[in-house]
Amino acid sequence: MGTRRQRFFSTLLVNGTLLILVLLWVVPTAGLFISSFRDRLDIQRTGWWTVFPHRQWQVTRVINPRELGLDPTGVMEVEGVSATFEELRNGVMTPDGRERLQWIGNRRLGNIEVQERVWTVNWKFTLDNYEQVLAGKDFEYKRPDGTVEIIPGDDFSGAFFNSLAVAVPSTVIPILIAAFAAYGFAWMNFSGRRFFFIMVVALLVVPLQIALVPLLRDYAKLNLNGTYLAIWLAHTGFGLPLATYLLFNYIAALPRETLESAFIDGASHFVVFVRLILPLSVPALASFAIFQFLWVWNDYLVALIFLGGNPQFEVVTQRLANIIGSRGNDWHLLTSGAFVTMVLPLIVFFSLQRYFVRGLLAGSIKG
Amino acid sequence: MELLLKPAESPRSLGMRLLTFIVRLLIVVAIPLLAFAVLYAGFVFLRAGNAPKWVITLVAIIWGVGGVALLFWLFNWLVEHLSDTWRARLLPFVFVGPAMAILTWYLALPTIRTFWISLFGRDGPPAISWLKLFTAPTEFWATLAPHWMGLSNYVAVFTDRLMREAFRNNLFFWILFGVPLTVVFGLLVAVLADRSRFERVAKSFIFLPMAISFVGAGVIWNFIYEVRPPTAPQIGLLNAIIVALGGQPQAWPAHTGIAPWNNLFLVIIVVWLQAGFAMVLFSAALKGIPDELLEAARVDGANEIQVFFRIMLPYISGTVITVTTTIVIFTLKIFDVVWVMTGGQFGTEVIATQFYRQSFIARNAGYGSAIAIILLIAVIPVMIYNLRRIREQKGF
Repeated sequence: MGTRRQRFFSTLLVNGTLLILVLLWVVPTAGLFISSFRDRLDIQRTGWWTVFPHRQWQVTRVINPRELGLDPTGVMEVEGVSATFEELRNGVMTPDGRERLQWIGNRRLGNIEVQERVWTVNWKFTLDNYEQVLAGKDFEYKRPDGTVEIIPGDDFSGAFFNSLAVAVPSTVIPILIAAFAAYGFAWMNFSGRRFFFIMVVALLVVPLQIALVPLLRDYAKLNLNGTYLAIWLAHTGFGLPLATYLLFNYIAALPRETLESAFIDGASHFVVFVRLILPLSVPALASFAIFQFLWVWNDYLVALIFLGGNPQFEVVTQRLANIIGSRGNDWHLLTSGAFVTMVLPLIVFFSLQRYFVRGLLAGSIKG
Repeated sequence: MELLLKPAESPRSLGMRLLTFIVRLLIVVAIPLLAFAVLYAGFVFLRAGNAPKWVITLVAIIWGVGGVALLFWLFNWLVEHLSDTWRARLLPFVFVGPAMAILTWYLALPTIRTFWISLFGRDGPPAISWLKLFTAPTEFWATLAPHWMGLSNYVAVFTDRLMREAFRNNLFFWILFGVPLTVVFGLLVAVLADRSRFERVAKSFIFLPMAISFVGAGVIWNFIYEVRPPTAPQIGLLNAIIVALGGQPQAWPAHTGIAPWNNLFLVIIVVWLQAGFAMVLFSAALKGIPDELLEAARVDGANEIQVFFRIMLPYISGTVITVTTTIVIFTLKIFDVVWVMTGGQFGTEVIATQFYRQSFIARNAGYGSAIAIILLIAVIPVMIYNLRRIREQKGF
């Protein structure tokens, strides 16, 4: 009896704490996601949490103080409340506590609103933000005085394609090069093998900052700055140590017999590698691929340095950072733009989470 | 082509053999030339960038990925035309060579080159061929001398006000607060999830921020910290809660009134991003603890807290060290979050933002390189540890 209750409470404690933690972790992203579907003006005026049921003051009647002959310079008697203009402007509760009186507008021409507290939700969702951020559609806003304010949209779709053109080769090239190298280390004997492998391991934790200044100079000499090739090679270089190390651990552990029988059949190293090793290594290749893809897609520093001079090749993180810098209050663009940058990594992440976790477990020390 | 490449089996006339030889030679030369021409054409097309965006993207992907595959195939094809001894000698370098060349160019040499640059003034060492060191040593040193700074960049790094601020933030706030918070949250979730029926869902949600870029996380958290005038309704979650509790709304990361503690509002972002990583590793380690060990302790009357501290924690201590080192290395280089959220203003400068500012905005190559070298020195203990572990591995 006692143990059953104890067990119940411990389950409750475990799941309750877990729930709180999960909520803490999810709420930031959820707020952004919900906001990206709200109208620009709604985002600016009310918190995103008002999409959930909440109590809000709603106007039921409007009283014209001049019709009642009230004098706004002194104490006014209205609806059983006596209050000054300043008090009314902040809102005064009626004696029964169910309604609120609030002065809206200036002292001379304003009206008194009678408001009632009601349960409500702000459910005015729209896809306009995405249209503005992807297709560059402008946001038009009619001010109360009739003038129209135009807030230009943004071109995230171009940046999205750039990111793809950067991220896909930057993922596949290091994998290919590292797989060849891993095979070489695992199955071939050559002078310098030990030295080169030690170099790979030593470079695992080297911070990439160390390479930026000299590389930028080389690229300037080779006229490579601001090209895809420059950034592919940079990401390849920075990703290679981990890729080679992970793939070596995997390929070296493959059963020797399979390979030896292939060699006896007269296959060359190249054929064995392409036909046998690559297909067998798919799990290891996949886990590194996800790792590298997320890393490259989310990278900001490397893109800033090697593509920074060429706005034509700007990637999504650069685009988003630019909006933060120049138009930090255009939340309708920021929320939807941020989500556009996230959607692909999130898909990759959720569909291939298992491989990603395996990659993390295999190579947790990286620079 | 197959026929041409096969060595002749029956004796043939000299002319015929010469012709075969020339054709083979032409093929061996022409195919690489053709391959390089195709690759160069692709490069020029991409650099011009006149085509529609999706075409460029498609060409870039095909050219980049296909190009590398083509090069590997080509090198292998060339080596396979050599005699057996040369093939055995060269083939390993077809496999390992590209990786080693890129590693040398992109990481190994730059450590030395950056150190060399860090010994000079703002433009780095003047351009002079290294050959001059041997052919005309006096001229070589005379060219370098006016720009030579010795270690004074390093002295400046440790005395400059902004750099001291950066060191304080990196060591005190990011490492002393950020790393333990990440580890504790990761461990907490891992332990709790291990006992919950909702393990998978809970872990996925905690893990999710790992897929988000720092810039994206910057937007997410900027939105949480968003501030409105006290009279207007708050649209940022944090300030809405603070106002509801009767406090004053503030732009928290930029709030110099609480400096330097405003750094913590940036640290939280990285804790949020990295706790999932810690959780995954801890979770796997916890699953490796034998059940009998835990059962035995419980039978002996240990409560859950004792089980955690006396058995689980010692058992996974190796993982705790790994996770901690990884996150320490990571936080040492923290850049994007700070750069996007505050730009290093309001007393939030860190080492990597100073490195970027000095190297690429102030264009002081010598000083920036000195900062990069400091970062490198900080990770050397981990490098040595990794190398020791490799030595124990068989085969090397």
